[in-house]
Amino acid sequence: MSDVRFEAPSSLSEAVRILAGAKGASRALAGGTDLIVQMENDLLEPDLIVDIKKIPEMRAIKPEGGGFRIGATVTGMEMIEDAGLCAKWPGVIDGVKLIGSIQVKGRATMAGNLCNASPGADSVPPLVAAGALARIVGPNGTRETPVEKIPVSPGKTSLAPGEIIESFFLPERPRNSGDAYLRFTPRTEMDIAVVGVAINLTLDSAGVCTQARVALGAVAPTVLLVDECAKALIGTRVDEAAIDKMAAAAAAACKPIDDKRGTREFRIKITSVLAKRVAQKALERARHTA
Amino acid sequence: MSTILEKPGFNPDRKYKIIGTSPVKHDGFDKVTGRAKFAADAFLPGMLVGKVLRSPHPHAILKRIDTTQASKVPGVKAIITRDDFPEIKQGTGGGDMTRLAMAREKVYWEGHPVAAVAATSEAAAKKALKLIEVEYEVLPHVIDPVEAMKPDAPILHEYMRTKGAKGPDAERPTNVVERHELGIGDVDKGFAEADFIVEGTFDTKPMHQGYIELQSCVANYSEDGQVDLWCCTQAPWVYRDRLTEILKIDSSKIRIQQSELGGGFGGKTTFYLEPLSVVLSRKAKCAVKMTLTRVEVMRATGPVSGTQSTIKMGCKKDGTIVAVDSKLVFQTGPYTGSAFTNAPQAMLTRYDLKHVRTISYEVVSNRPKVSSFRAPCVPQVIFGVEGLIDELATKIGMDPLEMRLKNAIVEGHKTIYGETFNRIGFVETLEAAKACDHYRAPVPKGQARGIACGFWFNRGGETAGSMNLAPDGTVTITLGTADVAGSRMSMAMMAAEELGIPVDRVRAVLADTHSLGYNRVTAGSRTTFSSGIIVVDSARKIITELCRRAAKIWNVPEEGVVFEDGVCRPASSNVGEFEPLSIKEIAHKTTYTMGSISGHSEMNVTGAGPGFAVHIVDVEVDKETGLTSVKRYTIIEDAGKAISPAQVEGQFQGAAVQGIGWALNEEYVYGADGRLQNPGFLDYRMPVASDVPMIDTVIVEVPNPKHPFGLRGVGEVPLTPAMAAIGNAIGHAIGIRPRSLPMSPPKVLAIIEEARARGVLPAG
Repeated sequence: MSDVRFEAPSSLSEAVRILAGAKGASRALAGGTDLIVQMENDLLEPDLIVDIKKIPEMRAIKPEGGGFRIGATVTGMEMIEDAGLCAKWPGVIDGVKLIGSIQVKGRATMAGNLCNASPGADSVPPLVAAGALARIVGPNGTRETPVEKIPVSPGKTSLAPGEIIESFFLPERPRNSGDAYLRFTPRTEMDIAVVGVAINLTLDSAGVCTQARVALGAVAPTVLLVDECAKALIGTRVDEAAIDKMAAAAAAACKPIDDKRGTREFRIKITSVLAKRVAQKALERARHTA
Repeated sequence: MSTILEKPGFNPDRKYKIIGTSPVKHDGFDKVTGRAKFAADAFLPGMLVGKVLRSPHPHAILKRIDTTQASKVPGVKAIITRDDFPEIKQGTGGGDMTRLAMAREKVYWEGHPVAAVAATSEAAAKKALKLIEVEYEVLPHVIDPVEAMKPDAPILHEYMRTKGAKGPDAERPTNVVERHELGIGDVDKGFAEADFIVEGTFDTKPMHQGYIELQSCVANYSEDGQVDLWCCTQAPWVYRDRLTEILKIDSSKIRIQQSELGGGFGGKTTFYLEPLSVVLSRKAKCAVKMTLTRVEVMRATGPVSGTQSTIKMGCKKDGTIVAVDSKLVFQTGPYTGSAFTNAPQAMLTRYDLKHVRTISYEVVSNRPKVSSFRAPCVPQVIFGVEGLIDELATKIGMDPLEMRLKNAIVEGHKTIYGETFNRIGFVETLEAAKACDHYRAPVPKGQARGIACGFWFNRGGETAGSMNLAPDGTVTITLGTADVAGSRMSMAMMAAEELGIPVDRVRAVLADTHSLGYNRVTAGSRTTFSSGIIVVDSARKIITELCRRAAKIWNVPEEGVVFEDGVCRPASSNVGEFEPLSIKEIAHKTTYTMGSISGHSEMNVTGAGPGFAVHIVDVEVDKETGLTSVKRYTIIEDAGKAISPAQVEGQFQGAAVQGIGWALNEEYVYGADGRLQNPGFLDYRMPVASDVPMIDTVIVEVPNPKHPFGLRGVGEVPLTPAMAAIGNAIGHAIGIRPRSLPMSPPKVLAIIEEARARGVLPAG
């Protein structure tokens, strides 16, 4: 650990240059709430750490095209304290609010939560349900990619060497849209999701669902975006029958493992229970947003 | 002259000025501002960092350790292995202790120390650990104690034979340390009188104490062979004597200074790093500091025993319990020391039973050796006992509190272990529970209520302490017991009460092992009781001396002086007319009388008063997920006399929170490879603040006549019924009472499904 090189560049291009030129294991440091814990527990021994919090353009939440651009080093608490974002994307905020404690959220970022590539990350299912895009900057330029394409397996991402997430984009929402996220944990907080479900849906003026995205966390190696769930809701009034069908599709889609946080069987049951509860919550929000 | 133990001078009519108030703890300010000095704050110039190499295997022969490459790492000053410890025969107390500190022939759990390094930096020490070559011959392992009892289980110690076993079982190698039988009457006769009989097998999991402060110590072995050791401990004298035993160093050369304690709960009664740091310091000729990580705490320090209890209980239609039969199994880790005999003694002690049989087994397996935790081994068996009483109460349609009242013991009861109780307050505690707001309130819709009762002996034991009067009239107390929960303040309060001075004029400090005689471990809820007696005795000695000095100043006979309300006065007008002399005035003149005034006391304290508690808990169970939320919780307990009610309340509340964790989620998860999968607070799920409601408390005060102020210990009783009360509440919520801890969502959901299938819970 004494040999680790630490850099804190003040521009994105500098950060990319340092990371792209790195030999050995390197890591970008945002809040550090995963990285430092992993280093402390000897699970990770990077040769290079690049602190990206000193890069001004990555630190802000800005309106863009009717939606929001959220810099990669914006902390959870900064998002929670942004009234406009909370009003538009309450489901995304549901997820952010569940990360760690207030103190942890004071440091932690969604980009870190995503790049840690845990299938149980709480902010990822709602971002996926929201259709969020990540803007990735690297030695070969800038690219935009759907959030769900970034984690590829537990602890692994699709980012190429030298690439970092610069920001997320949450798009403009049609009227009567609502999103929600719930997770199941044995404790009320400071816990890791046994199952997480996020649903984002839009109703037309008659109350019929026109768009839906359903994402499941902690039930597969990566967060699942389940088309069958969306199909079960689209074209319905999101009534009990539709919700039951969607929940059954969610249970059928999940491929969980038995581990210290829950059994396969329990996770499948809970997925169905949570899917119903989240659908009700998202529906309620869609009905009450202009 | 009679001693304070024979004549404690308890006076029910005494009016207190300080006892029964809750002043802010003197040590509290530094704790809330972060300035208190815990063990890891100890620092010596030039000290080295010590780190431990631990076995990755749960059970293996330790064939070869080669430290050649590791010792070449720059900055490494010493490496120690089994070869640096004196050989002590296996199967003896000292033999077990030295092997727990450092593996010798075999490693017995994942995390067992096999070597330790002292280096100038943590990085160098860690680098060296990686270069130590260890050759293991991996053996089959066994984690679960019931599995470990089976005939084909891997045997940990070939030499072990079951103590107390009869016949062929006594002859063969085994993992069963001891078979212990305790009972009264004739259970067959008892069950013949029963109208209803219930039975069940209950299991509980090992529970970590969950102290926040990681174990840490600094050892300095001087050129002269004097050891100075700073550490966090509940047992400085015990640590010293054990170091003497396993390192063959005279006790006179080991001085241990305890730090502020960041939580112990029984877990800091056993040393881990201390012997390693002493041996490293001796070898490196430098002070060595060692601190465990949380992962090491979880992998390698002792939780309390997990248990399996099979209990059968019978009662008459009127609620009289007529017989109890039980088989109790206790997991102890690789060596004996679970204190499991507490369990058969305490499990039923609060009910007046004529026919009881208990057969208990202590069993070794490949996990860290257990340590104490608030009422070791008792809450585990009470989980079963109080569950069955609840089932019987339901069967006969009796109020659960009434059923307990029907069987409650009173003064004069002779216990199963032979003690006859003096004044006890179980009936008063049950009556207070019946009368409390919580019990009288209807159960809210969607919730269910459970109650359970608990007991702990409370202990006394060898205790020593000193009290000094300073020339400015203030008082210092030197204590040999650890301050695990605010006892320095309680001692200051008792001294101030006795001396008639404000509590701010008294300060208590924690002694090192050179300053006082032997003090037994701070455990058994003995501290405020035992050290309290020492403090009152010391204060009374000071008062006697104050009267002598006043007599000298006034030039009157000693018996002509009395001490009242903090001043010496003439006993009557016949003695003469003198203005009263305050403590401050006498203290100021000690130079002119006979020198400084101090009180000192040491004794093997007896007369601890047993404690009883009732817990009432309301829960809500999510029938779709099995998640239990604790909505309301009240503890009613006899404290004898609450010296500081706020601190007593803190003991009750803390115990309830630990009980909620033990009941609902805390559990070690081992893989098939015998390795712990959740060595940290993220996945070893202790409750967080939002998991618990405000814990309400009712302090019952039935004085213990053997203490000058009537107090009883309160450190352990309040944990004993917690899991049982929660289990009973969940049972009422879902129709079938869970019998296995933790009552986690997957397990409760499975019981809900069973209850629905059996028709005892309506379909949701």
